[in-house]
Amino acid sequence: MTSREVADHMPDHEALGMTDDEYRDVIRILGREPLAAELAMYSVMWSEHCSYKSSRMHLGRFKSDQTWVVVGPGENAGVVDLGDGWLVALRIESHNHPSFVEPYQGAATGVGGILRDIFTMGARPIAVWDPLRFGPLDEPHNRYLFEGVVSGIAGYGNAVGVPTLGGEVEFADRFSKNPLVNVMALGILKRDQLVLSAATGEGNFAILLGNATGRDGIGGASILASASFEEGDKEKRPSVQVGDPFEEKKLIEACLELYDRDLVVAIQDLGAAGISCATSEVAGGGGMGMVVDLDKVHLREKDMTPGEILMSESQERMLAVVTPQNEAEVLAVAEKWEIEASTIGVITSGPDLVIYSKGELVGEVPAASLADDAPRYDRLAERPDYLDAVWAREPRVPDDLNAGDVLRALLDDPAIGDRSWIYGQYDHMLFLNTVIEPGHDGSLLRIKGTDKAIAVSTDGDSLRTYLDPRRGSARIVFESALNVAVTGASPYALVDNLNFGDPEEPGVMWQFTESVDGLAWACEELDVPVVGGNVSFYNQTDGVDIYPSPVVGMLGFCEPMPECPPRLDRAEEHMSIWLVGQDTQGDFAASAYDRIINDNLGGRPAEADGATARRVIAAAATLAHRIPVLHDISNGGLGVALAEIAIRSGIGMRIEDVTGPDLFDETPLRFVAIAHGEALETDVPHHKIGTVTGNTLNFGRAGSISVTEAEGIWRNALPRRMEH
Amino acid sequence: MTIAVIVFPGTNCEHDIIHALGLAGAESEHVWHRDTDLSGAHGIVLPGGFAHGDYLRTGAIARFSPIMEEVARLADAGVPTLGICNGFQILCEAGLLPGALVANRDLKFICRPTHLRVESTDSVLTRAAEIGQVLRIPLNSYEGNYVADDIDNVENAGDVILRYSDAAGHVDSTTNPNGSTNSIAGITNAGRNVAGLMPHPERASEKILGSDDGMALIEGFVASTGLVDA
Repeated sequence: MTSREVADHMPDHEALGMTDDEYRDVIRILGREPLAAELAMYSVMWSEHCSYKSSRMHLGRFKSDQTWVVVGPGENAGVVDLGDGWLVALRIESHNHPSFVEPYQGAATGVGGILRDIFTMGARPIAVWDPLRFGPLDEPHNRYLFEGVVSGIAGYGNAVGVPTLGGEVEFADRFSKNPLVNVMALGILKRDQLVLSAATGEGNFAILLGNATGRDGIGGASILASASFEEGDKEKRPSVQVGDPFEEKKLIEACLELYDRDLVVAIQDLGAAGISCATSEVAGGGGMGMVVDLDKVHLREKDMTPGEILMSESQERMLAVVTPQNEAEVLAVAEKWEIEASTIGVITSGPDLVIYSKGELVGEVPAASLADDAPRYDRLAERPDYLDAVWAREPRVPDDLNAGDVLRALLDDPAIGDRSWIYGQYDHMLFLNTVIEPGHDGSLLRIKGTDKAIAVSTDGDSLRTYLDPRRGSARIVFESALNVAVTGASPYALVDNLNFGDPEEPGVMWQFTESVDGLAWACEELDVPVVGGNVSFYNQTDGVDIYPSPVVGMLGFCEPMPECPPRLDRAEEHMSIWLVGQDTQGDFAASAYDRIINDNLGGRPAEADGATARRVIAAAATLAHRIPVLHDISNGGLGVALAEIAIRSGIGMRIEDVTGPDLFDETPLRFVAIAHGEALETDVPHHKIGTVTGNTLNFGRAGSISVTEAEGIWRNALPRRMEH
Repeated sequence: MTIAVIVFPGTNCEHDIIHALGLAGAESEHVWHRDTDLSGAHGIVLPGGFAHGDYLRTGAIARFSPIMEEVARLADAGVPTLGICNGFQILCEAGLLPGALVANRDLKFICRPTHLRVESTDSVLTRAAEIGQVLRIPLNSYEGNYVADDIDNVENAGDVILRYSDAAGHVDSTTNPNGSTNSIAGITNAGRNVAGLMPHPERASEKILGSDDGMALIEGFVASTGLVDA
């Protein structure tokens, strides 16, 4: 093909989201102008979404050198060792822009994509969590997005047969035109089942398994995920992929059988950038090359160009590397599970990825260059001006507030009220592992046949991170650790999803780098490895950046599992109530009180102390083995924490000597413990603040509210907004 | 053979039911939907999931899977046969149980514990329970709303074995999670050897999972296969 023909057939590099400098780099690597299909591949692989070009230089600050880390960042998922040959694979991803353009499919394919990352490692996916952000629900379009995303997660997750154990949600104006749909998944495997993606063995075959390749999702990574949004961008709907959970379910079972029978050398899922990404990663990652024949790819549509086949993001596809001797058996397994399979390539000694279509060479590029030679940018970061203004807007909290009235307002908040409207649509029980279900601080899953259990909590705090990216991010890590600790588990590994605005804005880049510092510091304080992550930039619509929104997924581990793990519904008459942990210190910046009662977002959040975090988290994990009720204090402070326990247990409380303001203070590293007896055995500061009794939440002079009234408000917070 | 657990592409509760059957002392094994031989099976379970992706209509394609002729043959011969959730939907589509399951009243997937009142002990599923007994068992479905053209016949024949209720066993529209006709959660056939229910007894098989009330049903079913003593 001549360069003239290239110009006729393909959009130029700018239309594919590539800068002039990046285009010149491609010419330098190839020593010539790229062919159309080659340009398509570089444009996707060098997109922000695939290459992490704006963030990569910062991500080295995350540590993952702990002895229990089996696979750190860089593979499809992180893997940690639970002992006795048991491994856990975990990963977090985002599907933000696709979910704004098409909420059901955007969210559904987000679930499908992350499951493939997990079973690519050899693990059976056993659970999913979904951290979500939307604009306020009084706007109809936000309700449409929220409803669509939740149905998409439910529709795909339930049908594919992987339980969704919850997640977390926030509602704020900055997410109206840029919702966040993050998804974390976890899988379990025995050590000898671990599979990696790097190909070995010249002459081995590359077999494409699963869905037929169509025109859906072309440019998803480069066009949709790596650029800001403007009004009218609904035209990008064709860039959203369409999910088929039934195809994925068959693909999971087929792949697990291939691993069980030791039939694959390596395997890689097809996600962003489809075949171009998978072939280059498999070949380049192993220092090998590959010859690919696009005529062998099973297609859904006729007359697709080589560029379209290479860039298609059709879902539910995997690329397996197998020895020639095993090819027939692999194809037979595919036939059994009723999935399509085609042998599309052969591994070579390298280093080139060579692609043919209709007998003609359409691409010949160094395989590793697509990943390794991607540009890296040291973007300018500058402290943004807004900080001084927001810090000056200090929260005001009157000493004589009426706690009953404040609770009436807080419990009605959609991010505080009962979220079973969301997770009640998710199958959260499949596989009989779920010991602590959604609706608690953390999920707790047993590992059948062992005394081991794992806990997971996903956490973010966009408003607090906006007020102070470094402190806010560190506090997310500590909160997530405390959330798993109250189930009896100790923090063990973390994955993070960094959702930010336009990285070409110095203020956004500053938020990002501050946030990375805060997360990395807090993880080191807790000796928690960061085993994987994702960066989602360009969360900006019509020039408005989202609140900086790092989200973490914390894995906790315990052995043995508590015989009777703490629950919110186990408070009983006459039990004592203790406040445990750090002294309450007047921390209202980004609090629910300031947001809901004052309609204010200001002040500077307090810094959390590492040594205190370690002590409080360890104390909670220990107490969880003998205390019936433990509850982290976070959104809404002590008052909301107590109300949640009272509502879930269906019983009142008499609280003494806690001032109105202290009920809604959000000082971190505190939790509530409830048990029979007069003494709580723990070496961290604690004091008894009341007794479980009656049917009213009685705060003495600070006010009161009946449990029945509180429950009615709390249960209705989401339904009354969504069902009218 | 022991108890055959039929696996269709898209089935997802096949491991959970084997776990629960094992707790009741029974051995069971997976049988792929393309197989055609169930000779020697003492019992048959069609577990939950999304057989054939629930495409067209729940159970509509699964009823044509090769194994279903054999399931029908054994069911007609009196072999204890149980359909849970999607399995119940398939048994209805196959005509082995009366009626059908349609979308929930609120058009939302429902995953939560429900209370079930035992209406009849004359079935392979409820034989070890007591009439009026209330069981706490999770529901997990989008098409869980039971309908039948001749609902009076179903009622009059005594085919209803389980109804949604509250914890005290009271049944009315407020205790009905999905709009199911007459709050029906489970039914049996005229021969009393085929039973289907929408809630998942295997998810209530151990106290650590929140309830072990489902074992009253699972144990009854296992006893009816003759594999362990009642």
